[in-house]
Amino acid sequence: MHVVDLATTTRRELNQQLHALAADTNDTHWRIDNPEGQHALVAGLDAPVTVEIMGHAGYYCAGMNKLATVIIGGNAGVGVAENMMSGTVHVKGDASQSAGATAHGGLLIIDGDASARCGISMKGVDIVVKGSIGPMSAFMAQSGTIVVLGDAGEALGDSIYEARLFVRGEVKSLGSDCIEKEMRPEHKQGLRKLLQDAGVSEEVSVDEFRRYGSARQLYNFHVDNAAAY
Amino acid sequence: MDAENIPQTLPRMSATFDPHSLAEIRRAAATGIYDIRGGGTKRKLPHFDDLLFLGASVSRYPLEGYREKCATDVWLGTRFAKKPIHLKIPVTIAGMSFGALSGQAKEALGRGATIAGTSTTTGDGGMTPEERGQSETLVYQYLPSRYGMNPDDLRKADAIEVVVGQGAKPGGGGMLLGQKISDRVAAMRNLPMGIDQRSACRHPDWTGPDDLEIKIEELREITDWEKPIYVKVGATRPYYDVALAVKSGADVVVLDGMQGGTAATQDVFIEHVGIPILAAIRPAVQALQDLGMHRKVQLIVSGGIRNGADVAKALALGADAVAIGTAALVALGDNDPVHEAEYQAMGTTAGAYDDWHEGRDPAGITTQDPALASRLDPVVAGRRLANYLSVLTLEAQTIARACGKSHLHNLEPEDLVALSIEAAAMARVPLAGTDWIPGGQGL
Ligand SMILES: Cc1cc2nc3c(=O)[nH]c(=O)nc-3n(C[C@H](O)[C@H](O)[C@H](O)COP(=O)(O)O)c2cc1C
Repeated sequence: MHVVDLATTTRRELNQQLHALAADTNDTHWRIDNPEGQHALVAGLDAPVTVEIMGHAGYYCAGMNKLATVIIGGNAGVGVAENMMSGTVHVKGDASQSAGATAHGGLLIIDGDASARCGISMKGVDIVVKGSIGPMSAFMAQSGTIVVLGDAGEALGDSIYEARLFVRGEVKSLGSDCIEKEMRPEHKQGLRKLLQDAGVSEEVSVDEFRRYGSARQLYNFHVDNAAAY
Repeated sequence: MDAENIPQTLPRMSATFDPHSLAEIRRAAATGIYDIRGGGTKRKLPHFDDLLFLGASVSRYPLEGYREKCATDVWLGTRFAKKPIHLKIPVTIAGMSFGALSGQAKEALGRGATIAGTSTTTGDGGMTPEERGQSETLVYQYLPSRYGMNPDDLRKADAIEVVVGQGAKPGGGGMLLGQKISDRVAAMRNLPMGIDQRSACRHPDWTGPDDLEIKIEELREITDWEKPIYVKVGATRPYYDVALAVKSGADVVVLDGMQGGTAATQDVFIEHVGIPILAAIRPAVQALQDLGMHRKVQLIVSGGIRNGADVAKALALGADAVAIGTAALVALGDNDPVHEAEYQAMGTTAGAYDDWHEGRDPAGITTQDPALASRLDPVVAGRRLANYLSVLTLEAQTIARACGKSHLHNLEPEDLVALSIEAAAMARVPLAGTDWIPGGQGL
């Protein structure tokens, strides 16, 4: 285990050390002490290592993550795991706005709540929120899955494309072009897998969730007039 | 007087309800939808043509044309980046998306820019291997949509441009209509094929200058503080936008005037939102000067740059470099009269063709149709672009030498006068033959 104390090491030094890791590094386990809410911590990782942050993180923690597993002991600021490509980011506390924004892959687990715009413009990531998510979540969400054990705020899935949303609690309102959809066996199967990955398959059953997705009515703007645009 | 000899009132067209306005009313009435098109503003605006250089005379010495050196190079990103960019000429190729443009066109832009010693820029939709491969210096755009955004490409780029807005549509997002969403474009953008794709107008994970500062910090951390970070804004409130971009930590500010082209936007947006680049440069430079950052944070301006005189005028007003979009496409072969028969068949004519969003470009540039795109030979087209860039530079040097400057960057507002009161006020140079600069010297 490699321990970096941010009380004595700068964020720049930490990130640089992590970026220098080779894909087959033996330094696979890192612990970061005293994060004190600094921004852009462990952003841009590109190696299969596990990094545990012992406290709160600021904006864009684990931004653009590839391959790495990042565990945030406390809360995470705006844009945690934004544009993640692969790997896992696990927030033990709550997450601020735009959690998992535009992320292409990997798994983002939030044990607490996530604020507004969770999964905005997501492009393939899987997000499991054990608490609730704020308004305008999954705005223009392109693909991937959001699973919410609690409730969802206003305008869920506004202008959504092909992403799948599973909410166990209440949805305050659906955004434009987002509708409730039938839960077919394949959806339940995918959901079950994600609940397992997030370690909550014992606590909740897939039958408690409802599925939401795109009505696909906004996909082609006034299609009758397409040639005249 | 007999009735036959009464002079007839000639039919008179209204200047207000001119043929274009009338046709647009009828088109709107028939279709119920606004007009979407590519390109920039088409109406006449105060522009660089309204400025003139005062060559050297008794009070100033010229430099010998063809003999005495007039340098043209520019450094970009010297503020924070460990690896700033050094270009041979102060004319860069603006960001234009793969999707809007064919793969061949993107490759040609890279080839031409590389021969000329300048940079090219990706666009909405991400980086293609063709353009990375052919561009010695490639700027990677970081846009609200984040289509195709990927950290490997970010690390492969030579600079990063955070796009806040564009001159053609400040405050607007992008659109790429279904006709152009081919398999490849759809896959790069992670969207179903054939749908109308809208690019967001706001970034998904930051709002306002305080957040932008942290976003830039993140981009720097991810790329280990190596790459210059540009911030691109459409010209609207240039003094404040430039000041805030500097405050947010930009190395370079890209300022795009309303003449700037776009791949596709509502005509009403193109023609009525934003200000001409002529009016935007001085307030932008003033913001840099007020912050003690002129020449430390570099300013790239764009929007309607056509020739070396435009380049020289933009630099004289205080820009460090310019960017070209439309002119580069024309150099590749866009709107070339050789395709006139095909333009006619589409109800338009060479020079006016702007339905770039439909993807039927006979020149093979603004299309994803493989047959049309294959008409553009990237090597030949790249050579044409390089020639054109060389002429822009030679022309700008000609003017600079006549003004006695040994570097294009030594051109200054004092070398200029204006032909119209509007241009004098906007560019803050005197009306020709007077010492009158109308308007305030402030914002
Ligand atoms: C076909 C086309 C596509 C464009 N795509 C983008 C884009 O993806 N991102 C962007 O910031 N600007 C885009 N622009 C705007 C250019 O980057 C640039 O601001 C503009 O073209 C400059 O003005 P000019 O065309 O008069 O030279 C595009 C312009 C054109 C003509």
